Amino acid sequence: MSIPGAGALERFRERGWYGLRMVDPTLPVWIGASLLLVFLMLLPLGWIFVASLRGEQGWSFAGYVQVFTEKAFFKAIWNTLIISFWVGILAVLIGSVLGWLVTRTDLPLKRTVRALVMASFVTPPFLGAFAWTLLAGPNAGLLNKIYRSLTGSEEALFNIFSMGGLIFVMALYSFPYVFSMIANVCELISSDLEDAANILGANKLKIALTVTLPLTAPALLGGFILAFLHSLSLFGAPAILGLPASIHTITTQIWALFQYPPRLDLAAAFSVPLLLATMLLIALQKKILGRRGYSTVGGKGGERRLLHLGIFRIPVFLLVLALLSLSVFLPYWILLKAALAKAWAVPLTWDNFTLENFRFAFFEYGDTQGAILNTFKLGILTATVGTLIAALVAYITNRQLLPGARYLTFFALAPLVVPGIVLAVGLFIAYTRPPLVLYGTIWILFVAYLTKEMPIGFSQAETTFKSIHPELEDASRILGANRLWVLKDVTAPLARTGLIATWCFIFIGVIRELSASILLFTPKSKVVSVVIFDLKEEGQIGVIAVLGILLLVVSFLVILAVQWAMGKEILATRE
Amino acid sequence: MKKIKTTAIGAALLAVFAWVSVSSAQDAALIEAAKKEGKVVWYTSMALPSSTALADLFMKKYKGIEVEVHRTGSQRVLQRVMQEVSAGIKNADVIHTSDAGHFVLLKEKGLLMRYVPKGSESFPDGFKDKAGFYYGMRATLSPIAYNPKIISEKEAPRTWKDLLDSKWRGKMVTAHPGYSGVIMTHVLALVNVYGWEYFRELAKNKLHLVQSANDPAGVVASGERPVGVNGTEYFYYKMMKQGNPIQIVYPKEGIPLIVSPTAIAKDAPHPNAAKLFTDFIFSKEAQQMLADKEGLYTGHPEVTYPKDKPKLNELNLWGVDADELEKRNAEIKKRFVEFFGA
Repeated sequence: MSIPGAGALERFRERGWYGLRMVDPTLPVWIGASLLLVFLMLLPLGWIFVASLRGEQGWSFAGYVQVFTEKAFFKAIWNTLIISFWVGILAVLIGSVLGWLVTRTDLPLKRTVRALVMASFVTPPFLGAFAWTLLAGPNAGLLNKIYRSLTGSEEALFNIFSMGGLIFVMALYSFPYVFSMIANVCELISSDLEDAANILGANKLKIALTVTLPLTAPALLGGFILAFLHSLSLFGAPAILGLPASIHTITTQIWALFQYPPRLDLAAAFSVPLLLATMLLIALQKKILGRRGYSTVGGKGGERRLLHLGIFRIPVFLLVLALLSLSVFLPYWILLKAALAKAWAVPLTWDNFTLENFRFAFFEYGDTQGAILNTFKLGILTATVGTLIAALVAYITNRQLLPGARYLTFFALAPLVVPGIVLAVGLFIAYTRPPLVLYGTIWILFVAYLTKEMPIGFSQAETTFKSIHPELEDASRILGANRLWVLKDVTAPLARTGLIATWCFIFIGVIRELSASILLFTPKSKVVSVVIFDLKEEGQIGVIAVLGILLLVVSFLVILAVQWAMGKEILATRE
Repeated sequence: MKKIKTTAIGAALLAVFAWVSVSSAQDAALIEAAKKEGKVVWYTSMALPSSTALADLFMKKYKGIEVEVHRTGSQRVLQRVMQEVSAGIKNADVIHTSDAGHFVLLKEKGLLMRYVPKGSESFPDGFKDKAGFYYGMRATLSPIAYNPKIISEKEAPRTWKDLLDSKWRGKMVTAHPGYSGVIMTHVLALVNVYGWEYFRELAKNKLHLVQSANDPAGVVASGERPVGVNGTEYFYYKMMKQGNPIQIVYPKEGIPLIVSPTAIAKDAPHPNAAKLFTDFIFSKEAQQMLADKEGLYTGHPEVTYPKDKPKLNELNLWGVDADELEKRNAEIKKRFVEFFGA
């Protein structure tokens, strides 16, 4: 490991006083953004640390002792690790294959495939999990019913209320993260490198293994870690699929600890080791990949040719469609059916048809309208502010503008391992006391979302900056532009679509956020996801379906609007 | 004599008239004050359709006063109330859960306003707090239920102990005392009769766990699990009436009775609207609606019930003491989780 900041020191030694005279006049901007980030992350995390040590009888390690000696807690940790590991693996498999197919082969209807991947991404995991309870509940699940009527078997084909079911559903809604990273990278690798290998006599497989794979390795590993951490912090899906089968994960366990009387100390103690684990993961990632160059593009040059799939073209396409029907077509179809049916488990005939669920959701149930308004207000606000901060911070860390910039990476990524609900506790404690009392307003949700979405925004922004070679900027700086100008005139145009993607990612992340909202909302500041979860706990299937469809429709409208405005694809942008 | 009698009657009538007019003057003042406040915020654990139906009835009667319904499970209602209290937020006006123990706790902490709802004097003792802080606005049972399309009447469970038979493994659903006040009461009632051993045995049959006491009805109706080992009788009944395949079993040995109290928060931001709404809840009109449309039992002596519902006095009711519920809340949640795994 190199010492952070050593680079700056070295540079200073090399350049001496000349270096000092060249001190960047835009430094305050970088320092300000960094401080804000540190403040956003450190305050709640600090409070979690303090709360973990403060039991009922003053300061003690009792919380830690209990967490690591009680079997139930240990089981929850173990379950979480198993689940997240397999979700990571599955997500990388699905995401990378799809990403590669869409960018480097002549797969038909690529835009449709991209749109479907986008749809999987947009679907809130808790909504997907809910839909899958209707599809693959062992007895009433429609797929199982079809299976039984086809085979005459008594057994169920799938039981979604199981570890396997949980992993399956979470992977379906985690793979788009990997997909977008891989697709971005694949599009930037020019065929020159592969051609070189070809000329030197390598066959297709060898090229894939020795050229393409190593080039995509950072994205693959990054994708795995992102999917792993993402599934680690999911709350809704395990609550909906795990709890009915007595499977606790860390997040559901912590949530259970917040029921009255709340045990903040235990929940906090439960999350501190997680934080350390992420640090380890990220350090590991750096150690494995840190020394390799990421830059694969020096501008838009380089030819990219497509691999011909030949006779496999159609079969592969059908397989892709089948896969995406698991995350999109089937769940959407069952949601629509549940929204329009009096009883979801029987066929949708005229007798069973009703619009009552829509009427109830929009006109009779008073919570919905306020929640919808809050949700979209928060979505737009957080996405705009979040993109700005994420872009600045990613730029700082990527270009090493400040000594200790790599610590910023940690702060920006840290919330990913802090389950939303724990982050919420930290925020709850932090913002129910002066100087900033935010609890009871939507502003505490804003801060929570901003913090929580930072890792996604940051990763997205960082991937964007990583693939833009500093040489381009250096060129402008040599010609006399300062950093902010360079950012505006050179980097931003190159990064524009990437940053719009960042905005979308954050917006969509916000409108479906559940795990922090569940603790930070008050009945005055409800959001749609919380209303859906409330309804799920009561089993109001039709109304959930209606609100779920609303979330999806709005997400798609936003994406379409932005796409229309940009005239471009959002996920992995160059075709 | 006759004259005296008529005078007496006249005087009595006059007194009644005077009382009525005074009380209606009071009413008018209360309505006026409530209208100025414009709304009442109701934290409730009653099933969402039932809660909104009651709120609608109130809003039709008292135009200009909005009822903000915030529905979740009993334990969540308490959690939200306590979270707001600890943060100094005053939002809730009327608090209603199915865990009578909550009201013991809230009263002890001084978080309730003393208010005797009009008409509640005719309610049985089991519906009233002696000190006048909370009153039972509805009652229900927690029965067994099954799906008659999947299970014939002959093989259906009849008693609580029938559920321990291993032939039901993987076929039953239970709601959760960590969410539902009805189930909290249910578990304590059965523990008082059969001991914790009963639940230890029951858990061996690998039950499907849901949260709300209203949810088992949907799970049973869809056939996801054909037997419900608990749940609110009113929701089972409502679903059955809507044509869903549900059969309710009222075990002869006894059945948990759940009386769900309502109270006004001490720091209610809309105290007059809260009082008016509380009075309204206990009116015959509202109570009869709960009985007719929602399938609930009530403490109101004049309310009549659908013919196909058993009369409460025909059943062996297992009631639970509110103080005991409060004291054993943590124990019940903990042991339930221990046995059922989540």
